[in-house]
Amino acid sequence: MGGFLALTILGLVTGAGYAVAAGGLVLTYSTSRVFNVAHGAIGMVMAFLYWELSVNQGLPVWLTLLLVVGVVAPVLGAVVERIMMRQLADAPVGATLVVTVGLLVMLIGVAQAIWPSTARTVPPFFAGSDLKLGGAVVSVHDLITIAAAIVAAAALYGLLTFTRVGIAMRAAVDNRGLLALYGARTSMLSAMSWGIGAALAALAGILLTPVVGLSYHDLTLLVMSAYAAAVAGRLLSLPWTFVGALLLGLSQSYAVGYLPTTGALSGLRAAIPALFLFAALLLAPQAQLRVGQIRGIRGVPVPGLLRALGFGALAIGAAAVAAYALPGTTSDRLSLGFIYGIVMLSLVPLTGYGGYVSLAQLTFVGVGAITVARLGTASPLALLAAAGAAALVGALVALPALRLQGLYLALSTLAFGLLMDKLVFQASFAFGFNGSLAVPRILGLDAQSHYLILTAVAFVGVGLGVLALRRSRYGRYLIAMRDSPAGCATLGLNLRWTRVRIFALSAGIAGFAGGLFGGLRQTVAATDFQLFNSLPLLLLAVVAGVTSVTGSLLGGMLLMLLPVLASEVPAVGGLAFLVIGVASVGLGRDPNGLASRLFALGRWRPPSSFPSVRLGRASRGEAAS
Amino acid sequence: MKRRQPILELIDVHAAYGRIEVLHGVDLAVPVGEVVALLGPNGAGKTTLLKVASGQMKATRGHVHIGGSHVNEVSADAMARAGLCTIPEGRSVFPNLTVTENLRLASYAGAPAERILQIAFERFPRLRQRAGQLAGSLSGGEQQMLAMARALSTEPAVLLVDELSMGLAPLIVQELYDIIAALAATGVSILVVEQFADAALAVAHRAAVLVHGRVVAYGKPDDVADELSTLYLGGAA
Repeated sequence: MGGFLALTILGLVTGAGYAVAAGGLVLTYSTSRVFNVAHGAIGMVMAFLYWELSVNQGLPVWLTLLLVVGVVAPVLGAVVERIMMRQLADAPVGATLVVTVGLLVMLIGVAQAIWPSTARTVPPFFAGSDLKLGGAVVSVHDLITIAAAIVAAAALYGLLTFTRVGIAMRAAVDNRGLLALYGARTSMLSAMSWGIGAALAALAGILLTPVVGLSYHDLTLLVMSAYAAAVAGRLLSLPWTFVGALLLGLSQSYAVGYLPTTGALSGLRAAIPALFLFAALLLAPQAQLRVGQIRGIRGVPVPGLLRALGFGALAIGAAAVAAYALPGTTSDRLSLGFIYGIVMLSLVPLTGYGGYVSLAQLTFVGVGAITVARLGTASPLALLAAAGAAALVGALVALPALRLQGLYLALSTLAFGLLMDKLVFQASFAFGFNGSLAVPRILGLDAQSHYLILTAVAFVGVGLGVLALRRSRYGRYLIAMRDSPAGCATLGLNLRWTRVRIFALSAGIAGFAGGLFGGLRQTVAATDFQLFNSLPLLLLAVVAGVTSVTGSLLGGMLLMLLPVLASEVPAVGGLAFLVIGVASVGLGRDPNGLASRLFALGRWRPPSSFPSVRLGRASRGEAAS
Repeated sequence: MKRRQPILELIDVHAAYGRIEVLHGVDLAVPVGEVVALLGPNGAGKTTLLKVASGQMKATRGHVHIGGSHVNEVSADAMARAGLCTIPEGRSVFPNLTVTENLRLASYAGAPAERILQIAFERFPRLRQRAGQLAGSLSGGEQQMLAMARALSTEPAVLLVDELSMGLAPLIVQELYDIIAALAATGVSILVVEQFADAALAVAHRAAVLVHGRVVAYGKPDDVADELSTLYLGGAA
């Protein structure tokens, strides 16, 4: 009985921490329509800062709290809003997600650079002064956490319901331009909401650190629980968010106490936030199709077949020269770059053409690698099997997510990635618990140079396929669906099946790349495919240009170079993350990424699409009648 | 009649969306305490002109003066606090806020919220009945009343209204224009943008006709009637 009570208290405390974090998330989302994937990362950095000031520098706890939660976090939030989010007010969901993913990657990079990984502990508030409560021990820290959650929830509710500033924050979501016409300083309002959101993230991070420990990834992923709670409140309702957070905390705590610690279900405990998020996503009522939403993404030009073949031959030729001229380790790196390039190609139809964001693309790569490893054959047919298996999994992900749109769909891929990480990849039919698998070299190509040529050919083949897809009827469906789902529905397109097919196709390409990846590494483990690595992948894909094959190659090579840079020139490595973060900010302006800059370089004059030519003349008064 | 300086004046205003220029040198004046109707066909640039006048869009060339001050660089929210009330095209309310919350926000323009609520509910008893309802669930006419309630209760010096009649029943349009006339009688200077001329011309002191981004006629309502009939009944449009 005492055990149950203790678990309940622990659950309530964790839930209260989640509630604080989720409240901040809901506030920023409902006042800016930007879902802040980096919410947890802000909490993480602030928890580290708290450690630095209070433990390392020895400042008093109250002063540190005041500084971190009251000053640094709000300023950080306001600055982030100012330089990253402001241009995104009307951007499509995909762009806003990617920019916040960029912020997440950047913050982790910054934290790792400032506080290199060593063991750090943060003492709870008033350590040592515990209370007895019916056989269970409650620390003062626990009580403070619960009290903080209640106060934060009540204060947020009051702010948004009763104050003019709060009402204006909600009004800004409905119609920002109109709010300015009312006389409100809209930019100050959103800076405020981001400031408060960041402060709550910081508070949650600090409160939960004694429970989860001071870790870059755990604290950042903590946000998954906050997501789940926030989605339970449909990202709008604070009371439901609060209830969701407590339920989640409790179920996690009971799972720790009562689920078996060995066997198939052992991974379940860690997967609870993801399961909870899935359930909340599927059960929460969905928004209607939005009508008349014009997303002004103008894709890059699609090259003709001859041109594409020419560039393909050029790429393979360059790879062949490199294969014989450069040492084996360089060949391996370039192979990896091509393989990453194929993974990014898998994002081109999905994200570039279709406008859907997958936050767990590496998971499909893992499925492909496992398939090839389990088949144990070097035949190229194994690659097709890998693609097939991954495509099946992709379709399975898309099926329950059929009703979901935009943001919710992206979040469900995140939950899926975490589930695979914690449950499936750890199972005996996959890698086994902390295990690894041997993968045969595809085609038995043992020479590093030969493998490089193989990956180059594979990349060019998949690239040509993606371009053919874009030129086909199905490619036009995708573009049309991205631009106006409602319009497509009225034309009689089956949105759901088109979406399942595109997810399956994208996962299949990623699985294909997974087979090649396994063959390159020859030994693969679950850590190669963990969710966290999917985020920089998505980020670089989009920064380099997720609408074009060229962008994929560029992104693949950049992703391969990043860790190389980080290990060989540590100073530049940390900086690279910063550069990517900054680059992702530019996305608000040009969703076609770096690749479109490259295309522009190749031309004598700026791209002249039909309307700008015509209207350029009209403005000089020649064509006006 | 004594000649006074106009309260709102546009001098050779050009405006563009990207490379597409929409206004090619517009001159327009709204004298103090008068109602000016801005008429013209679809795509003439009426809404753009209103956006430039209210600070939502910057003129690429030319000058905007309000109350004698040069306001090209002044932001829309600062103009609103200075006494310019703009009611943009469509339903200019916040659909996910209640009627009361919508009205409370009007206090950003300077007047106290209690007074705004009092005036609004007195003039539109319908809104009082619906005070706790989401504005998005109101009928089109009620939403436009809510928007006009802001103009009535915040006591602006200048009122800019875009397409007041859009999608509304004639009776309601008449009621809304009665309010415009009443506001004008209290000394508010008003610019109404309309595609359908009759209701606007009935209350206007002056009218301007905008075609292809240029003012082609300006004067007493009767004087522009000819221009309008060629415009709406055929001829070179």
